[in-house]
Amino acid sequence: MKRREFIELSSQSIGGLLIYSLAGAPLVVNAQEGKVKVPLRFFTEQEAKVIMAACERIFPANESGPGATQAGVVVYVDRQLAGPYGRDKYRYTQPPFVDSAPGHGYQGKENPQDIYRAGIQKLGTGFFELAVEKQDEQLKAIEKTHFFQQLRQHTIEGMFCDPMHGGNADMIGWQMLGYPGPQMSYRAQIGKYNGVAYRTKPQSLQQILGYPVKPWEDEE
Amino acid sequence: MAKEIAGRTPLSVLVLERGGPFRGPVAYAAEMDEVDTFIRKRRAESPANGIFTTRASRNDRANPLRTYGEFPMVGTGMGGSSDHWGATSPRFMPEAFEIATHLKRLHGASKLPPDHTIQDYGITWKEIEPYYARAEEMMGTSGKAGNLNGKRIEGGNVFEGPRSREFPNPPHPMLYAPLLFAKAARDLGYHPFPMPSSTLSQNYTSPDGITRVGCQYCGHCSLFGCMVGAKASPNFTLLPILQSKKNFTARTNCQVRRIVHADGKAAGVTYVDDSGTEFMQPAETVIVAAWVFNNARLLMLSGIGEPYDPVSGKGTLGKNPTYAVHAGVDFFLDKPQNIFMGSGGMATAIGDFGGDLGDEGAKQGALRGGLIFCYTQGDPPVISNFGKIPEGQVQQNWGSEWKNAAIQWNDRYATMLSTENHFPYRQNYLDLDPTYTDKWGDPLLRVTMDWTDAERNQTAFMLKKEVEIAMAMGAVGILPRSGTRAAPLMVDNHSHGGAIMGASPETSVVNPFLQHWKMPNLWVVGGSALPQGEEHLTMTVAALAYRAADAFIDRYLKRPGALA
Repeated sequence: MKRREFIELSSQSIGGLLIYSLAGAPLVVNAQEGKVKVPLRFFTEQEAKVIMAACERIFPANESGPGATQAGVVVYVDRQLAGPYGRDKYRYTQPPFVDSAPGHGYQGKENPQDIYRAGIQKLGTGFFELAVEKQDEQLKAIEKTHFFQQLRQHTIEGMFCDPMHGGNADMIGWQMLGYPGPQMSYRAQIGKYNGVAYRTKPQSLQQILGYPVKPWEDEE
Repeated sequence: MAKEIAGRTPLSVLVLERGGPFRGPVAYAAEMDEVDTFIRKRRAESPANGIFTTRASRNDRANPLRTYGEFPMVGTGMGGSSDHWGATSPRFMPEAFEIATHLKRLHGASKLPPDHTIQDYGITWKEIEPYYARAEEMMGTSGKAGNLNGKRIEGGNVFEGPRSREFPNPPHPMLYAPLLFAKAARDLGYHPFPMPSSTLSQNYTSPDGITRVGCQYCGHCSLFGCMVGAKASPNFTLLPILQSKKNFTARTNCQVRRIVHADGKAAGVTYVDDSGTEFMQPAETVIVAAWVFNNARLLMLSGIGEPYDPVSGKGTLGKNPTYAVHAGVDFFLDKPQNIFMGSGGMATAIGDFGGDLGDEGAKQGALRGGLIFCYTQGDPPVISNFGKIPEGQVQQNWGSEWKNAAIQWNDRYATMLSTENHFPYRQNYLDLDPTYTDKWGDPLLRVTMDWTDAERNQTAFMLKKEVEIAMAMGAVGILPRSGTRAAPLMVDNHSHGGAIMGASPETSVVNPFLQHWKMPNLWVVGGSALPQGEEHLTMTVAALAYRAADAFIDRYLKRPGALA
């Protein structure tokens, strides 16, 4: 059996501490110092550290708000890769695999798990220990690759997904944008906010429904 | 078809559906998740089963669609793709049904694009109009008439064909960008109107006695099931009626593989259920309604009809596949849009370029256009639309500078699109792929299609008009995009053709009642029947299905045989 691997995240990343004012100003409320161990489903601890560092360079914490590390993007990516998506359960995988024009989309044989493993090897397992300038240089060198494009897309997904997928911790991504979450009705608001921001406290799907939903990555 | 036949005749109706049963609105509420439903397309037909292959020309090798990616998705389960449509519901222009005759009269045959295979439908506007009205009443379409029995009405689409009835429901409210669009279009001398939408603007009871509630504008519309039943999915408009009928049965998770036939008569179908067992289902009549391209494929796999040959131009099966040509611009406004609110069909449109493009178009090699519209369909706005930034503002699409710009412009862009005419051509066709198969080992459908100068000219013409309107709306940045997918993946949910209707068995697969020319007890219903690419096609498909049902019940059953 695979040894259980964990990634250590700052406790900020897993909830309850980051708050956004409706005006969009980030307030870090009394961040507790502390570390939380999150069990990994696909990555080894070292791989998770590489991906966490790379995601943070793609979507860094800066003056306009928190970044990929605080949102827990690596947890999102880890779960997607461990689930049916990562194993290509729903992709058409009949050979022959022949390259084509970009319009045909990715036509390769390797599944997302393979692509990430190879991508991490390319970045080097010590990537997370490099200075950020060095990290940026390395990412720049691979930015045209399928791996990087996937990583970039997954970073955005992990920033703004429903928290049930493991990213967007404490809905900080949604707070940053003023997105209210999957509200069931805007009938009272429709037509009344033309050109005026309607921003309300975000709610997750589980909070709105009152019960948890099983995300796809939890299926076999 | 099923609802009309089960409701009006004693015949026993069996629906074989490859996907699962209707999951219901409560399940749809729990599917309001952008990652699983919109991006990964958890509820779509799994690409792993085999969707189709595509290529630009017959000299190329075709590749399979391996993941949906840019392609919207193919529906599965009860209701099919109509369960997750955006509900944009215009009718075609009246001359569209006699387009070959119309264009030859207008321009002369020599002015039509080279190698075109443009042909008439074999019906007229007068013949289809009552069925459009019936489809709108069944769905509760929301809109405003622009031509009621020949009387032009400002505020509706004054260019539309004469309609016999006002829309059953008033239009949806216009949101910020569509309001600006309406004003700008009016200032430029155009005629804006609310795009018809088959999502209810208010509570509504259809002539069938089905009551549904008005849209909640939740913003999870296109590619989602509706969690209140406001969207006109057949699961909400028709299935409740069918379920109470003793002569109706639906079997789900049953993939039909062949139409069984002998001596020019269909005898039934073979299908595989989810245990993998294959059955032969006998039938008096077979109605194929398996999604636009799968209709043609099922006929090909069953050896019914003469496959089209792009070299000789002979044969009809697989002929005239088309698409709705699009041109689009994303543009930026200085105010927040709240794009997370809205519904799939909510838009303001102009029909000024919706049909013939006149001398101005002809000079630029563009004969026909389509509706131009600015929409707020509440695309799940978080992930899928994140990172739209006016051209030239950032050097790379990741990192700190990019993030700042993406957040600054988030929720400040609007989208304009046109859905346009697409002419059919001799070299564009459908056949069976020689290499790739579906999960049961049957060949995938192969789509061979590419653009010609006619589409490029037409797109350029429409794009110029769109940019003009966007500038007049006060756009502070423009992100031009070709809404039209490039070859070799030029297919979409809005694809047409492959088993087309027409006035003669020499040029079409089904007659104007959608009855197979060579097999009177076989009917082929859906977008496959449309010989040309046009506007959003659902209302036309529904109208043609009603017309086919009437012909089947009122004429065919009384005297089984060829109706044309």
